[in-house]
Amino acid sequence: MKAAPFSYHAPQSVEDAVGLLSTLENARVLAGGQSLMPMMNLRLAAPDHLVDINRVPGLAGLRIGAGRIEIGAMTRQADLLASDDLAAAAPIFRAALKHVGHIQTRARGTIGGSCCHLDPAAELPALCALLDAQFEAFGPNGSRAVAARDWFRGYLESALAENEILCAIGFAPWPSGHGFGFHEVARRHGDFAVAGAAALLARDETGATKRAAVVVFGVEPAPVRLAAFERAIVGRTIDEAAIEAASEAARKLDAMGDAHVGADHRRRIGGVVVARALREAAGMNGGAK
Amino acid sequence: MNRKRIVLRINGRACEAEVDVRVNLADALRHVFGLTGTHVGCEHGACGACTVIVDGRPARSCLMLAVQAEGADIETIESLGEPDRLSPLQKAFQDKHALQCGFCTPGMLMTLEAFLRENSAPTREQVREVLSGNTCRCTGYQAIVDAAMQAAHARRSAT
Ligand code: FES
Ligand code: FES
Repeated sequence: MKAAPFSYHAPQSVEDAVGLLSTLENARVLAGGQSLMPMMNLRLAAPDHLVDINRVPGLAGLRIGAGRIEIGAMTRQADLLASDDLAAAAPIFRAALKHVGHIQTRARGTIGGSCCHLDPAAELPALCALLDAQFEAFGPNGSRAVAARDWFRGYLESALAENEILCAIGFAPWPSGHGFGFHEVARRHGDFAVAGAAALLARDETGATKRAAVVVFGVEPAPVRLAAFERAIVGRTIDEAAIEAASEAARKLDAMGDAHVGADHRRRIGGVVVARALREAAGMNGGAK
Repeated sequence: MNRKRIVLRINGRACEAEVDVRVNLADALRHVFGLTGTHVGCEHGACGACTVIVDGRPARSCLMLAVQAEGADIETIESLGEPDRLSPLQKAFQDKHALQCGFCTPGMLMTLEAFLRENSAPTREQVREVLSGNTCRCTGYQAIVDAAMQAAHARRSAT
């Protein structure tokens, strides 16, 4: 189908964008359009006003500093995938981005759009949860930073107010040489995952864990960190018993079920992808470092 | 605010038109600019039939508004070859019987055209991954991958 009629606005600044969102009724922000446009074409969404932020300067781009990485909300997924600097500083991004949609959707799709739409199976919001990212929002009262733990409000729901826009996402990179693993199971490559997991691991010379982060996505309405496991593993090595403990935690999640994948199956796959991501992060079973 | 004038380049030519703001790029190419080679399948980003190259990258033209193409450089299937002068990629599709009904073919070709410009020595696995966003209901894909590999080879020998 075709999108229902709407008025189109192309503001040239974040202030103008926020002004429009504050005054117009039933307005939606158009970023990369890879989720909103299908919803509009299917008439699942019928905004009266579309506020296209593609021409707002300053919203796209990567700033990689020593202790902080900042990604502009309008940075295209294809640009993130292509960035060697990002792959060096936070290699989990390249591992994950290969699973984000398809070549044609990555060309337009943005990290900010993905983090505002919040499909439960989306990879980039899961990475933001994994990295304890901060979301920089701009609204009528200026800027505010939202921590990842407060950003995810539930199914397709972020902490962004209706008259705010997301400008950037920032996080502190892990020490160089850290282990990372990313794994997801999807029915076809590029489809939304049944379940996925990502893991980061910093270890000392003896192989004991200094710090670990594990996130599971696609299972509950929002990405979930395995916080109890992350705490318990500090000071210990990742062995088969530890991996089983992490899998078990994933299998206890409150999984969603749908017409294609039942909740039990989704929980089971959650356990499998957590084990694979952790093995990869720990360099076990020939997994990438 | 419901109609807007746009200026853009399509297949190397400067073009200008006034469009309804709700019209997507695929429909504008077909109905406003008369370039009906770009096919429209699902209209919600699932099939890839509508793929065109936007500023050097393959994109789904059903998920972009025509007004968003203001100032962009668009390449469509019409920019490849002519029936009696096929591009090497089109020739490879013909040689390998990589199409049956042909509905998916413009999207396949534009996706591969953009991809092969950046990667002239892909593996079969990479080609399969790149085509994961293009659905074909006829061929079973093997012949399409064969054609992509032949086209990649032709591109390498030509340079
Ligand atoms: S018509 Fe655009 S992806 Fe199917
Ligand atoms: S040739 Fe018929 S859909 Fe691909």
